Amino acid sequence: MIEAVGLTKVYGETLAVRGVGFSAAQGETVGLLGANGSGKTTTMRILTGATPATSGTARVAGCDLATNSLGARRRTGYLPESAPLYADMTVSGLLRFFGSIRRMGKERLAARVDETLDAFGLTAYRNTLIGKLSKGYRQRAGFALAVLHEPDVLVLDEPTASIDPVQAAEARALIRSLRGSRAVLLSTHDLAEAEDLCDRVVILREGTVAAEGTPQEVAAAAGAANLQEAFLALAQGDARGGKGADFA
Amino acid sequence: MRSAAALAWKETRVYYASPVAYVISAAFLVISGHFFVASITAPVPEASLRGMFTPLTFALVLWAPIVSMRLLAEEQRLGALELLLTAPLRDWEIVAGKFAALGAMLLGVVLPTLVYAALLFRYAEPDAGPLFTGYLGFLLYGMAASALGLFASSLTSNQIAAGVASAVALLFLTLAGQAAGLVEGAPASLLEWASLPGHYTSFVEGVIELRDVVYFLTFIAIFLFLATLSLEARRWR
Repeated sequence: MIEAVGLTKVYGETLAVRGVGFSAAQGETVGLLGANGSGKTTTMRILTGATPATSGTARVAGCDLATNSLGARRRTGYLPESAPLYADMTVSGLLRFFGSIRRMGKERLAARVDETLDAFGLTAYRNTLIGKLSKGYRQRAGFALAVLHEPDVLVLDEPTASIDPVQAAEARALIRSLRGSRAVLLSTHDLAEAEDLCDRVVILREGTVAAEGTPQEVAAAAGAANLQEAFLALAQGDARGGKGADFA
Repeated sequence: MRSAAALAWKETRVYYASPVAYVISAAFLVISGHFFVASITAPVPEASLRGMFTPLTFALVLWAPIVSMRLLAEEQRLGALELLLTAPLRDWEIVAGKFAALGAMLLGVVLPTLVYAALLFRYAEPDAGPLFTGYLGFLLYGMAASALGLFASSLTSNQIAAGVASAVALLFLTLAGQAAGLVEGAPASLLEWASLPGHYTSFVEGVIELRDVVYFLTFIAIFLFLATLSLEARRWR
C-alpha cells in the first residue's frame, strides 16, 4: 500500500531526507518517529504528493507519485499537523467541498457526509462553523475529511500533538477504528502512543532510517527495555543536531 | 474542470456570505453613481456611460487587490493550501477555480451598475453599442486586474503584502499611459503599450479592437500562468 524506496529530498542547500525506505501493508499501522527536523514531515509530504522527491521512488496504493501523483492523491487521506481547515466553512460544507473536489458522485457524497459525521460524533455540529469548534472537534473534522472518500491509505501527521489528553485519547480510539483494510502512516512524538497504535515503527534520524521493525524488535535491537529508551538512544544525533543536514 | 468549479463555487459562497462583499458592491455602486450623475449633469450631457466607465477603472486599482489578496496568501498562512495540494487537483485547476470566483465577484460589482444603463434607456435614447462594448471592456479590465492580484497572492503568505504589491503594479499600469508623455522613444512606446487604460479607451468609444482584446486576454493568460508556476514552485520549497 505504501512503498518508499531510497527517498531523498533536497531543499536548496539542505538535505531533508536521504535514502529513506520503508513500507506499510494493507491493514497495517506504521509509526514514523523522529526528533524535530528528522525528516518525518518531509517524508509524509512526499507520500501525500504535496512535494516531489528529489530522487527515489514513492508508491501509494500502486500509484507511483512521480508518474501518477493524481492517482495516488485520489487514494490517500491526509491529516496535516494541527488540521488546517477553513474557519469560515461549516463542518458539512467542508466535507461537501472536498468531496466535490474529489469528484465523488452527488448521492455517494451525501451518504458519505452523513456516515462520516456520524462516525466522528459530528452530526450535532454539521452546521457549525469550523472556526467555532474546539481544537478536539476541529481535529475530528480533520479526521472526517481524511476518510471521507474511503481512501486506501491514511497519512496522519502528529494527530494528537495540539489537543488535550482527553481529546488525544479519543483521537487514538478513532485511529484504531480507522485501520480496517487501510495502510496507516502515523507520525507522532508520543512514544507510548506509537507503541499502543503501531504494528511497526520507523525511526528517522537526520533524514535517514535509523531503525525499523515492531516496537519490541526496535527496542531489542537497540538493547533497550522499551521503545522510549530505544528512541532516545537512536534519535540522540538529532536532539543535538538541529533541523536537517547541510550539504557539504 | 469539475474540481475547479467546486473550488470557484466554494470561494464565491464564502465571499458572498460575508458582509464585506455587500459593502464593496455598495461602495462601487456609489462611486459609479457619482461618475454617472457627473456625466449626465455636465454642461454638455450625453446619453452614455462613457463618463462613468473611464474613471471607474481607478476603482479597480483598489477593488482587485482587496478581493484577490487573500485567495492564495491566506490559504498559505493557515496551512490550508496543503489540503488542496494533496487533493487530486492540478495546480492550474486551483488557479482556474480561484480566478473564476474572482469573475463572480467582479459581476457582483458590475451588475448593479446596470441600473444606470436602465435609467439611460428610460429617460433618453442611448446607443446600445458603446454601452455593450464599455461593459465588455470593463469586464476584461477587471479580469486582467484580478489575474494580476491572484498572482501577487500566490507569491506570499502575507495577504497585506500581496494586496499592496498588486495595487502598486495596477497603479503603475493604470498611469503608464500618462508616464509615457514624460519620456521619448522606445520607453514611451513601451509604456503606452503596457498601459491598461490605453487598451480600454476604444471599448468605451464603442469599438472593439482586436489588438486590445488580445492584449487583455494575453495579460490574463500570462498572470494566471505565473500564478500556476508560483504554486508549482511552492511544492518544491
